[in-house]
Amino acid sequence: MKNTISERIADFLKNYPPFNAMEPKQLEQLALEVTIIHKETNTVVFSQNESPHSHFYVVNKGAVSLSKAGSSQILDICDEGDVFGLRPLLANESYKLEAKAYEETILYAIPISDFKPLALENKRIGNFLIESFASNTGNPYSIKHRGKLYGESGDSNQYSSDKILDLQPIKYSTDLITCKKGTKIKTVADKMTKHNISCILVMKDELPVGIITDKDLRKKVATGLFPITATAKSIMTSPLITYPKGLTLAQSQMAMMKSDISHLVLTEDGTSDTKAVGILSKHDIMVAVGNNPAVLLRAIKRATKYKRLRNIRHGIMNLLRGYLEQNIPLGLVAKIISELNDASTKQVIKIALSKMETEPPVPFTWLSMGSQGRGEQLLNTDQDNAIIFADVPKEQLEGTQNYFLTLGERISKGLNTIGFEYCPADMMASNPAWCHSLSEWKKVTRHWIHNPGPDEILLSSIFFDYNVTFGEKSLADELSQDIFDSVQGYPQFFTHLASGALQNPSPSGFFRDFLVEQDGEHKDFFDLKLRVLMPIIDAARVLILSHSIKSINNTAERYEKLAELEPNNKELYLACSYASKALLKFRTRQGLLHNDSGRFIALDKLNKEEKIKLKRTFKTVKEIQSLLEIRFQVKNLLR
Amino acid sequence: MWPFTKKRPLELPDFWWEYEAYFKEPLPDDIGENTFVVLDTETTGFSLTRDRMLCIGALKLKDNSIVVKDSFEVYVEQEHYDSESAEIHGILKKSKKDSVTELEALKQFLVYVKNHVLVGHHVMFDINMINAALKRNGLPKLKNKTLDTESLYIRTLLISTLVQKKERYSLDDLAKKYSISRKDRHTALGDAFITAIAFLRSVEKLKPKKIKDLLR
Repeated sequence: MKNTISERIADFLKNYPPFNAMEPKQLEQLALEVTIIHKETNTVVFSQNESPHSHFYVVNKGAVSLSKAGSSQILDICDEGDVFGLRPLLANESYKLEAKAYEETILYAIPISDFKPLALENKRIGNFLIESFASNTGNPYSIKHRGKLYGESGDSNQYSSDKILDLQPIKYSTDLITCKKGTKIKTVADKMTKHNISCILVMKDELPVGIITDKDLRKKVATGLFPITATAKSIMTSPLITYPKGLTLAQSQMAMMKSDISHLVLTEDGTSDTKAVGILSKHDIMVAVGNNPAVLLRAIKRATKYKRLRNIRHGIMNLLRGYLEQNIPLGLVAKIISELNDASTKQVIKIALSKMETEPPVPFTWLSMGSQGRGEQLLNTDQDNAIIFADVPKEQLEGTQNYFLTLGERISKGLNTIGFEYCPADMMASNPAWCHSLSEWKKVTRHWIHNPGPDEILLSSIFFDYNVTFGEKSLADELSQDIFDSVQGYPQFFTHLASGALQNPSPSGFFRDFLVEQDGEHKDFFDLKLRVLMPIIDAARVLILSHSIKSINNTAERYEKLAELEPNNKELYLACSYASKALLKFRTRQGLLHNDSGRFIALDKLNKEEKIKLKRTFKTVKEIQSLLEIRFQVKNLLR
Repeated sequence: MWPFTKKRPLELPDFWWEYEAYFKEPLPDDIGENTFVVLDTETTGFSLTRDRMLCIGALKLKDNSIVVKDSFEVYVEQEHYDSESAEIHGILKKSKKDSVTELEALKQFLVYVKNHVLVGHHVMFDINMINAALKRNGLPKLKNKTLDTESLYIRTLLISTLVQKKERYSLDDLAKKYSISRKDRHTALGDAFITAIAFLRSVEKLKPKKIKDLLR
């Protein structure tokens, strides 16, 4: 007998192949046999060479990574609606890959004994299975029919140079934007701008006759050859070079090179006498070939759905992994990754804004705080953010704040969808305490500065690393100026801030051994963030603020600036700058290795060299702390 | 009457004794070996004396898995009837779903839960509702250990003076925080499912080693 849960499962499954081919009754029956499994991050669903389970799996929520045992290279990521671990069951062989929960995941386990009869009986299901086993996908981020049912993907590797990948059918845009021969060039350009595309098809009687690309506009219109009132026909490139759909990556690259064009028109049968089905651009090929920041950035800017962004962010993580493997300087890596993170955040805000019922009533600024604000967020860590909106008359304040709270809530939900965890301390723009008008913010920050208790110091240290991600920059600038003005009148604030920076527990004990956590969830782990990273970050903040500089947020850059400002301490500051980069890299490596934030480190997993490197930074921490202690006379502070 | 006299122990039905017998066994130490029964009741209102259960929904959670077939959903025949509440839950007095007497529902429930730990959102309300029903039918109270997902959730939050903890967290709040679909809100089994997922997520955050860490 069906129940509420099995109904919900059937409801979910019916949207995805092969279940969409089933009769509702059959699906209902099948749903009843499902076991729902919750997998914590990094737990194994099945391991390589394990004999087949009695179930195969469908991802309901979260994501599962498939990889060869012992390699960190992820071959594929399955997310919502993807089926995995089916092929070995049908072929009756052991698993060829290891499946691990990439994040917290809910799986539906479907018994093969109930599924097999349905698959044999229903031709559509059978076809689907054959098709998906045959298209042995390698690249999780690019290919249209990306892996649904693999048992194996051989040794395929997503950094191109892979034969199998080259022979994959390539994803192309099927969303065709077209115009008529007689359309005015201005209208054509408007249309292309509106859809954010680089080429448009010119149609006659539903058949494609020519194409206009950015290049045509540049060469033939911007040069004055044709006025913008001329027709599309006058500047289009014709006749068209057309290809059949189902082109592989290698074929399309060859085609473009051969004719020296950047767009391929795909038609039903490959001739220009049949309907156009899609356009393939160089960009599509680049996306398919791999992860390149410029491509990812463009993909981010084009995304109109959170889910799409989420997939792109998987790509960003892969990019980061590659960078670290190739030992590219961390300063550069951090810049690129924060740029991408920033762009994703911006895009989330744009999507959220477009879904609001009304336009924002007044200008606002979206601030990223904490590590994102400092441009040090390499891994997906928590989101810390705030909103400043322009001052409004008193009677409108509540309504305006409510508007921005709703916006804040939607944005932070979107950020959560694409992989930024909610802030456990609720420091997010969806919280009324972090969503204020400019003058309220001035009041709040002045309060922190004039009443520097431990809480206020902590709040300031989080907030004062803010960075404008989106919106009116002048609001943030005005707030920064106000903060400096009030600090000028209350220099004791620095003493308190410095004392806050000295509060973190020491990284090593008397015999220079690591101090590990004594209890709790992370017992016997070394807390890299609290014991080493935070003291360096906090010290940089106090020192740079005492020089009244707000424009630099990145810790390493702050120390570089300090070295410039105080030549007599240059050596120490440069050591700090180096240490902060080294530690960040360390943390990122650890985080990627364990797919977490990299904060807690199991010391017994480190090799000797890593331990020595880590210890070297401790000395720098001690030195910068004593500098703070003396400069801001923390000892005089009654505590 | 002398307050310490045992209340007619011999008149209890067999299914009660079978239920009680399970409690001779201690709960397994390891969390993964424990079965948790996540439950939710739909009621006609909030009064323990005046209101009645309309439906009990429950599912079993063991080692992070829920076997869909092994879930529990009974609808209870109604005498007492409050039109306002029925509107929320969409259970009409003469609903198409098959319903059973209160005693039969309780019997099936006891057979289902055994000595497993009961998990619910604001679980004491559901327990009290069931206990009131047990009492009406001349039966003693439930003997199971209980876990409340609201207090578990609060335990996952940072202990800091900075975080203004809310006093109460509704099931909707949790569903939002853990991004669980709220489509089946206000059906007993649907709510039980949302509660189960919220429970799993909180447990993952807390990482208790043994069952006693969770029950503390």
